[in-house]
Amino acid sequence: MRQFIQCIAEQNHHQTTHLLKMLREIQSRYHYIPGDAIEQLSGLLNIPRTQIISVVEFYSFFHLSPRGQYELLISDSITDHMLGKKDLFDYLAKSLNVTVGEVRKDGLVSLDNASCTGMCDQGPAGLVNGYALTRLDRSVCDQIAALINQQKPLEEWPSELFQVADNIYQPGLLLNQQLEQGDALKAVFRRGTKETLAELDKSGLRGRGGAGFKTATKWKFCSEEPQPERYVVCNADEGEPGTFKDRVLLNSYADQIFEGMTVCAAIIGAKQGFLYLRGEYLHLHDKLQAILQHRRQNGLLGNNILDTNLNFDIEICLGAGAYICGEESALIESLEGKAGIPRNRPPYPVTQGYLGKPTVVNNVETFLAATGIAVNGGEWFASIGTEKSKGTKILSICGDCARPGIYEYPFGVNVQTILNDCGAVDVLGVQIGGPSGTFITNQELDRKLAFEDLATGGSFIIFNSSRDILDMVQNFTHFFAHESCGFCTPCRVGTSLLRKQLDKIVGGHGSAGDIVELEATCQLIKNHSHCGLGQTAANPILSTLERYPEMYHGLTRNISFDPGFDLDGALETARRLANRDDAGAHLAQTESEHE
Amino acid sequence: MTNKIRVATTSLAGCFGCHMSFLDIDERMLQLVEVVEFDRSPLTDIEHCSNCDIGLIEGGVCNSENVHVLREFRANCKILVAVGACAINGGLPAMRNHIPLEECLNEAYLDGIGVENPQIPSDIELPLLLDQVRPIHEVVKIDYFLPGCPPSADVFWKFLTDLIDGREPSLPYELVHYD
Repeated sequence: MRQFIQCIAEQNHHQTTHLLKMLREIQSRYHYIPGDAIEQLSGLLNIPRTQIISVVEFYSFFHLSPRGQYELLISDSITDHMLGKKDLFDYLAKSLNVTVGEVRKDGLVSLDNASCTGMCDQGPAGLVNGYALTRLDRSVCDQIAALINQQKPLEEWPSELFQVADNIYQPGLLLNQQLEQGDALKAVFRRGTKETLAELDKSGLRGRGGAGFKTATKWKFCSEEPQPERYVVCNADEGEPGTFKDRVLLNSYADQIFEGMTVCAAIIGAKQGFLYLRGEYLHLHDKLQAILQHRRQNGLLGNNILDTNLNFDIEICLGAGAYICGEESALIESLEGKAGIPRNRPPYPVTQGYLGKPTVVNNVETFLAATGIAVNGGEWFASIGTEKSKGTKILSICGDCARPGIYEYPFGVNVQTILNDCGAVDVLGVQIGGPSGTFITNQELDRKLAFEDLATGGSFIIFNSSRDILDMVQNFTHFFAHESCGFCTPCRVGTSLLRKQLDKIVGGHGSAGDIVELEATCQLIKNHSHCGLGQTAANPILSTLERYPEMYHGLTRNISFDPGFDLDGALETARRLANRDDAGAHLAQTESEHE
Repeated sequence: MTNKIRVATTSLAGCFGCHMSFLDIDERMLQLVEVVEFDRSPLTDIEHCSNCDIGLIEGGVCNSENVHVLREFRANCKILVAVGACAINGGLPAMRNHIPLEECLNEAYLDGIGVENPQIPSDIELPLLLDQVRPIHEVVKIDYFLPGCPPSADVFWKFLTDLIDGREPSLPYELVHYD
């Protein structure tokens, strides 16, 4: 092991910024991060071992104790549940003879949950040693169990297990573009960088991650910073449950995305770019590396791009299973090899980003749009959409519909039109923008997708009337409690309180006071959290409490209070040890029973 | 029969530190007893609660007796208040929550150094321990929370005088600021 660690430290030039990469390699080889490896790495990188441990503990894909040689993770997104995840999960646990969250005695296999793996249109989905599995059913599970028990190396598994489909059903302005490598860069050099920025400004393009900051303004601010060392970062940490458009864009439009990043570099004067790829999309990594290499060979990356004085290259950095790293400042922390804890803003990344230097962070789709605008000009984009939301939006549509997949619409489209196109009937409601977004009921289907009405990063989950809204609310609330980075108390403690309080009410142990309490906790988290995660973590409860108050009140009991746990059961150990079973050794669950 | 406001207090899984801090209101106690009469409390030695206006609970819930006392207070007090860190979060006694109860009892009564005649106590008179120490709001409905370990005498004073004067109690920042 010593030699292996030594070797990866050298390969990474002893840079702590590459800590995640090194840990990924160690995890992948040993199926955990051994204490000795931490000790040795801390010496080689000259950082405290506690710093390494804090990173290991932060990311879901790193472990301090061994996982199975085959580490199976099954996506726990609501969309996977709607496709039968629970039944399948139990089946898999049974057929592999493994307890969820544990390693089988022979060390061969472990099974656990993962947050949404971004395969919502082809679930139930999972990961085996980081590689995506799709369309799982019982027969596929049988196959997987057999392969594992035969100890077949992953490379020899049938490739159809790892098939990931694009499912583009409705291409539009961006997805229909046929561009050659270099088209956008040639247009920029022909037109001039200042003029291209002016076109981008004219296009009205706003960030596609959800927040909607005007892209030209961001690039302009960055280019005006006095500090000459600048960076371009493409945020491909697509973790919002229900979102998978970036996966499709990177699979089929990567050249245009890298070109968009290079256009940005030309405009802001950056020499280095990063693609921060979520760990769940490991299957795309080699393909993307090959595309980068191809671009280098064609003079589109590296020194003197297209024989100009532009020098720029792109590095791919893989995440390790942390939703919060989709927040731009947390993403930058992660790029620097640290736990993904959001920074205080301001200063914003455009002034102090990666390594404290001016940095543009944009969504995958934003760079794709920028490429199109660089070629076709601002008017091409601005002529579509609404007054404040120009152009088109690429949606990841999933849930209860006939054709889940990728759809591109001009901004301003109404929800009903989308539902008609994807074949959704008997709709109860739609979750727009993922768990952190908004739930709308079937009474609101004339609302429009646009920054003026329903803003979205692209997640669009449809629920039909056979679904229980509370399953969704519970799933989302558990998701946030799991993904809270733990930095600020309102979010760290608050999301867990929400989870417990909601489970109590849904479990039939609630009284009227519990709902008041639930809402008060929601407001507290919303108003006092450090970043967007906490500020939106209560949205699933708040938006459904507002729309379906009677549903929540219908769950409560007409009593003063019921503990949310089994009170008499809590005495079981003591009863057994004291060998008692008299009346005094028992407790009634509620006061009324007691009196 | 007086028209005084009736207050009851008790300590569950606590250290009586909150009660001591309450007594630190010092001579203001004389002002208080002009308008307040104490019901069940370590200060009066009254064993059971009768109808009260305010109940102050120190400490978390660690055993079955705590549950009974807490319920007696809830049934008799119009306003029930969680006083101090242990009542609010479980506090120090809740540090045992990370260790299974059986291990705790084995260490204390069977395997610990210097234990003679090792046996787990078993008597109908003894309350049984819950597997986890709980904050009191997980067992009954609580109306107000006084933070602090302990809450300062001024916190008690401000809170009680607010209630007695018919104001919604509110604690200014200085009283809940600890560093």
